[in-house]
Amino acid sequence: MSTFLGMPVHAPRGVGHLRGDEPFPAAARTALANPQLRSNLRHATTTIRGKSGRVIAELPDWQELRSAGSALKTYTMANMPRLLEQLEEKVTAAGGVVHWAADAEEANRIVTGLIQETGERRAIKIKSMATQEIGLNEALEEAGIEAVETDLAELIVQLGRDKPSHILVPAIHRNRAEIREIFLREMPGVDPALTDDPAELAGAARRYLRETFLSTKVAVSGANFGVAETGTLAVVESEGNGRMCLTLPETLITVMGIEKVVPAWQDLEVFLQLLPRASTGERMNPYTSMWTGVTPGDGPQNFHLVLLDNGRTAVLADEVGRAALHCIRCSACLNVCPVYERTGGHAYGSVYPGPIGAVLSPQLTGIADNASLPYASSLCGACFDACPVKIDIPSILVHLRNQAPHPRTEKAAMAAAAYTMDRPRLYQRAQRAAKLAELLGRKGRALPPPLNGWSASRDLPEVPDESFRDWWRGR
Amino acid sequence: MRIALFASCLADTMFPAAAKATVLLLERLGHEVVFPPEQTCCGQMHVNTGYQDQALPLVRRYVRTFEPCDVVVAPSGSCVGSIRHQHAMVARQAGDEGLATAAEAVAERTFELSELLIDVLKVEDVGAYYPHRVTYHPTCHSLRVLRVGDRPQRLLRQVRGLDLVELPAAEQCCGFGGTFSVKNADTSTAMLADKMRHVIDTGAEVCTAGDASCLMHIGGGLSRSGAGVRTVHLAEILASTEASS
Ligand code: SF4
Repeated sequence: MSTFLGMPVHAPRGVGHLRGDEPFPAAARTALANPQLRSNLRHATTTIRGKSGRVIAELPDWQELRSAGSALKTYTMANMPRLLEQLEEKVTAAGGVVHWAADAEEANRIVTGLIQETGERRAIKIKSMATQEIGLNEALEEAGIEAVETDLAELIVQLGRDKPSHILVPAIHRNRAEIREIFLREMPGVDPALTDDPAELAGAARRYLRETFLSTKVAVSGANFGVAETGTLAVVESEGNGRMCLTLPETLITVMGIEKVVPAWQDLEVFLQLLPRASTGERMNPYTSMWTGVTPGDGPQNFHLVLLDNGRTAVLADEVGRAALHCIRCSACLNVCPVYERTGGHAYGSVYPGPIGAVLSPQLTGIADNASLPYASSLCGACFDACPVKIDIPSILVHLRNQAPHPRTEKAAMAAAAYTMDRPRLYQRAQRAAKLAELLGRKGRALPPPLNGWSASRDLPEVPDESFRDWWRGR
Repeated sequence: MRIALFASCLADTMFPAAAKATVLLLERLGHEVVFPPEQTCCGQMHVNTGYQDQALPLVRRYVRTFEPCDVVVAPSGSCVGSIRHQHAMVARQAGDEGLATAAEAVAERTFELSELLIDVLKVEDVGAYYPHRVTYHPTCHSLRVLRVGDRPQRLLRQVRGLDLVELPAAEQCCGFGGTFSVKNADTSTAMLADKMRHVIDTGAEVCTAGDASCLMHIGGGLSRSGAGVRTVHLAEILASTEASS
């Protein structure tokens, strides 16, 4: 593992599913060429936006709640080491076992080892971004352990050998006809007469999953919150499948990013109001499961908590960038993002798509590995307005762009522009010369790359005969 | 009132009509306009593309140029947004606390045109005449960085002869985003396509906004597609009178 300049050696870089195969503009081009995807996304994001907007408008104190959430997260980041140790102490006292994983590989090793110790060959999974991030399913498969996703959308993605494209609705890029095909092809024991009626599709998944729930002895989950004060973990979901996983098996293993710790039980009051309204547009979350260590005779009798760093400590070291760790994974920023709405999640390469992905992934991996992501935004600011914990994503994007490696020609052009702009006389001469630049073709149609990116779809205005300052002088 | 004009490099060079209109409008309202010739660019393109070091002299230039002025106006929500939210940050990043403090003070006295008219000059009816069907695109930085709200519409509603039609999905970005329009040209174009469709759906002859940059983008797309809709800066509409039209 490489060490980043100026970064302490104990702050490991994130590994796992955080990097794409190609830069954002290229991946976006592929996605933009898919009309089905565009229509699925437009429909889904418009629906969620409307629903969420309506229930948020009901709360007179929404802005105060956002500020409270933001303040709690800021406090948490400033007290991270102490809070994590407190969480470890409380979980241990309640009969759980706490493990620390520096990166994805270590976390995968720990979880694989724990499952192997039980002698089981299969684990059921609750939808979790942390385990997607570390690529746990693939690691388990390599060790001969089958991981079964139990969240409906995540199951669709898994059966389709696909990648999630949204934090909350991982199969947002699929419509029901596509889902039916995947089920018919991949779901063991599926009724061949299955139609694409949503209730029937859900019924098929339910039948398949019920048997798996009842016969599997190990479950793996993530966590939305880990309360330092009490050692309580919380998972927030809408289907109840998560609760099955949390209660039926003998062994429960939870992988939690260290930034998910919250100081006190009372703090959940704020987050449990913010999260459902911002994410699914519900007033109250349907299934909120909380557990504290092990309760004899009730639920899993072995509980392990794996605390995951995978680049987070490095993010914490950046004063501006660390606000990205405040994220409660509600997806509101994806749903309002004009870029996400058109490209979908896969274009971002990482398991974290959309605006939050554009600031989180490059920080977890180090900017050089994800240099195009901070530019995957028009800086329109819709994400900042939507974020329930007030993460100023546009400012973080600008901050990261300032750290990104720049193409050589762009660097030269930017330096020349700044040099000219700082010399009014030279600037004025350049303005007059701009008229000459029309040699480049009427309306900019013959611009050289990369500027032809503009002229492919847009005309350039004609350069006026007289600049404003020439007009002013001649008045 | 004596008002200093920050034309912005884009309006100065490519859209002088917007800057001229700002001058003529304010003079018509009885104010004196000055144009400090040392001004060039606010540095926003450099900051937003990741070149804060190179933006620093431009920030310094802006601050020094406009420090002596009581009130500054710019016909660009995006430049004023950068001046207000980025200048001090760039100075601090470079360790120049003195410049940062000065930048904050100048930024407090710098206004986007609709803010100046409504908040400082307390005028909604500027006495304009513009007999056209117009739709207004609230540019992202005016809307979400400056929070100008409905100030531009309030001004437009008072313009005689003007038929203001509402733009569907108005608050969605047009896809310009500065260098985003080149670096992510395909995505930018996809966003523009939806914006143009909404503009055309209104049946307006004119699409207006408070930012020459977004108008260049929307107008460039409309011109290419031959849609028959013009883009006109808000200042030009407000400067129009029966005599000038
Ligand atoms: S950044 Fe904010 S809006 Fe986006 S997913 Fe995280 S909490 Fe939600």
